[in-house]
Amino acid sequence: MPAAVPDSAALVVDGVSKTFRVPRDRVLTLKERALHPFRGTKYDSFDALRDVTFQVDQGEWFGIVGRNGSGKSTLLKCIAGIYATDAGRIALRGKLSPFIELGVGFNPNLRARDNVTINAIMLGLTPEEARARFDAVIEFAELGEFVELKLKNYSSGMHVRLAFAVMVQVDADVLLIDEVLAVGDAAFQQKCYDTLQSKREEGRTVLFVTHDMNTVERTCDRALLLDRGHVVDLGDPTSVSREYNRINFDRPTTAEAGGDESHSGTGGATIVDAWFEDEHGERTGTLFQGKPCAFHSIVEIREHTVDPVFGFVLMDDQHRRVFATTTTWQKQETGTYEPGDRVELSVGFENWFAGGRYNASPFVAHKGLGAEVMDQRHDFVSVAIIGSHEGGGVVDLPHDVGLRRVDQETPAASPSEIGK
Amino acid sequence: MSAEAGRATPAAYEVTGPSAFTGDFRRFLALTRILAVTEWKLRFFDSALGYLWTLMRPALFFGVLYLVFSLIVEIGEDVAHYPSLLLTGMVIYFFFQESTTSAVTAVVDNENLVRKIHFPRMAIPMSVVLTATFALCLNLVVLLGLVLINRVTPRISWLELIPVLGILLVFTIGVAAILSALYVRARDLAPIWDVTTQALFYLTPVLFPIQLVIERSSETVANLLMVNPLAALIQQARHAIVGPSQPSAAEAIGGAPRLLIPLGIVFVTFAFGLWIFQRMAPKIAEEL
Repeated sequence: MPAAVPDSAALVVDGVSKTFRVPRDRVLTLKERALHPFRGTKYDSFDALRDVTFQVDQGEWFGIVGRNGSGKSTLLKCIAGIYATDAGRIALRGKLSPFIELGVGFNPNLRARDNVTINAIMLGLTPEEARARFDAVIEFAELGEFVELKLKNYSSGMHVRLAFAVMVQVDADVLLIDEVLAVGDAAFQQKCYDTLQSKREEGRTVLFVTHDMNTVERTCDRALLLDRGHVVDLGDPTSVSREYNRINFDRPTTAEAGGDESHSGTGGATIVDAWFEDEHGERTGTLFQGKPCAFHSIVEIREHTVDPVFGFVLMDDQHRRVFATTTTWQKQETGTYEPGDRVELSVGFENWFAGGRYNASPFVAHKGLGAEVMDQRHDFVSVAIIGSHEGGGVVDLPHDVGLRRVDQETPAASPSEIGK
Repeated sequence: MSAEAGRATPAAYEVTGPSAFTGDFRRFLALTRILAVTEWKLRFFDSALGYLWTLMRPALFFGVLYLVFSLIVEIGEDVAHYPSLLLTGMVIYFFFQESTTSAVTAVVDNENLVRKIHFPRMAIPMSVVLTATFALCLNLVVLLGLVLINRVTPRISWLELIPVLGILLVFTIGVAAILSALYVRARDLAPIWDVTTQALFYLTPVLFPIQLVIERSSETVANLLMVNPLAALIQQARHAIVGPSQPSAAEAIGGAPRLLIPLGIVFVTFAFGLWIFQRMAPKIAEEL
């Protein structure tokens, strides 16, 4: 029965559910079977996908995001036909890339030359095509000198380059990619993006799973947010990424479950909420460079406290402390608080940070230098800063660049003249 | 955003999930071949003698067995061409043993592929059998050499080896499919199969010629042994190679109609193997 797939669609996922049966005590051995012949294995069922419905248009870049265990990879595997679905249907238009990861089947003990052929065939090329495109693969990967080298002698970067280069040769209309572009050097990453971009311009569709909201916002046309197998949000990547940050960080139970990892301090106060606001005072997970913005945190006091210190630390994705401030310098007398009081801290600043992902760790400490911490929530809020250009520094301060040609004909004094 | 590069809109189709044979047949063959060739290349990887080991291993084993049985136990004294009979049995039996033993863990060994790529799952047990077939071909060359040294005159019945090996292949594929499908659920299969193949080695007339059974035991026992498809195939191969001095499989089992039993076992095994593999295929990726 032909599926009702609109002409513009590359992929239709309609009401797809997938439940895994997770055995409580997996009976794997005959001995156990023999000892307990009538005890059926008890299974817990785990709903990895629940009634997932969406459609991807041809030529679209579609991001699938969600926390670990939210069902992203399961969804990709169902689409690829690696897992059978329990309910619903998936319809495709065009040839699908049958793999979800790069470099599958690479064997460290074989030369790169053999691995390229093997991998290409596994990814769906015929042996003739694989041989014919071998040179193109090596050229793209820029690994011409290393084709005779065994793969175990490759660096991880070279590995990825080779894998990506093979993938480029696969003539799929719909590409499925699970977290791939995170490795490789910057130049090669750019090359990968450019290649995927040109595939998109050819009308090919790219579905990819990622944790990186920056990538989603920068590259995707639309995105899908999964949480515990449900579709939580679908559409504009910016709003999806905001929603992702919200469910990721606003979940009090999760923060508490993290226990000592996310909290530290004496417990005299608790930070209950924190967020960033854009220039319109809207709560956001994304800030644009050059615009005013603000950091807010809400602290609930648990014990009688006089003049506590409030503050926060902002770190970039390499855990470098790029900005930190407290109430100490501007407002020493913060007041006297009783248990149950709530205080909101707000720090307004102009955002001159370089593009990237940042994490803010708010804290509250006893009076003094801020060393006696009552509560600190590490990496409590995550924010993506969208830079207008990339200078390579930690900050992009507003600046002017001047340039003047310096005349070499009229030096003030040449060394030889001084000698005379 | 939409396709404007002038490409024709491809037809829509449903995604049906994993199975044993889906997709086009050429891809199935290409995958089976590439998996087998890779395995073959890696087998003697980094060893000084390389492929020679494929020949050396059975040759050395053959040498030991020949010495023990022909010179010490003196089995082969009154049987014509005993070395040829011994090697024929070994080549056939080792092909079966090697295929099935690697088939047991094959799906699990290729876990990475099964979990990351959509492909006809049957390619995995098939590739294992194919790798063993490469070794079989090399060993047949050696067998031929030995048979000639053993002063067996070439005869037209050597061509019978083709259908015999064909049936052997069908049987082996069936067993390989069953084992690789079941191992995913019951990991004990590996040691069980290990013991089974060893027991089977002695139950199959590999070391001893069937005449010996008839002489020292009874004809009924010989008939019963022939119910085992491997025994019947080996016997027929011996008959084909050395000629009438060896009874054919039909003679050994006591009449051609009785051959339907081992043949039936072969084809039932094959059909059951494909059926069970097809049944397990959709779930294999999840259960690894």
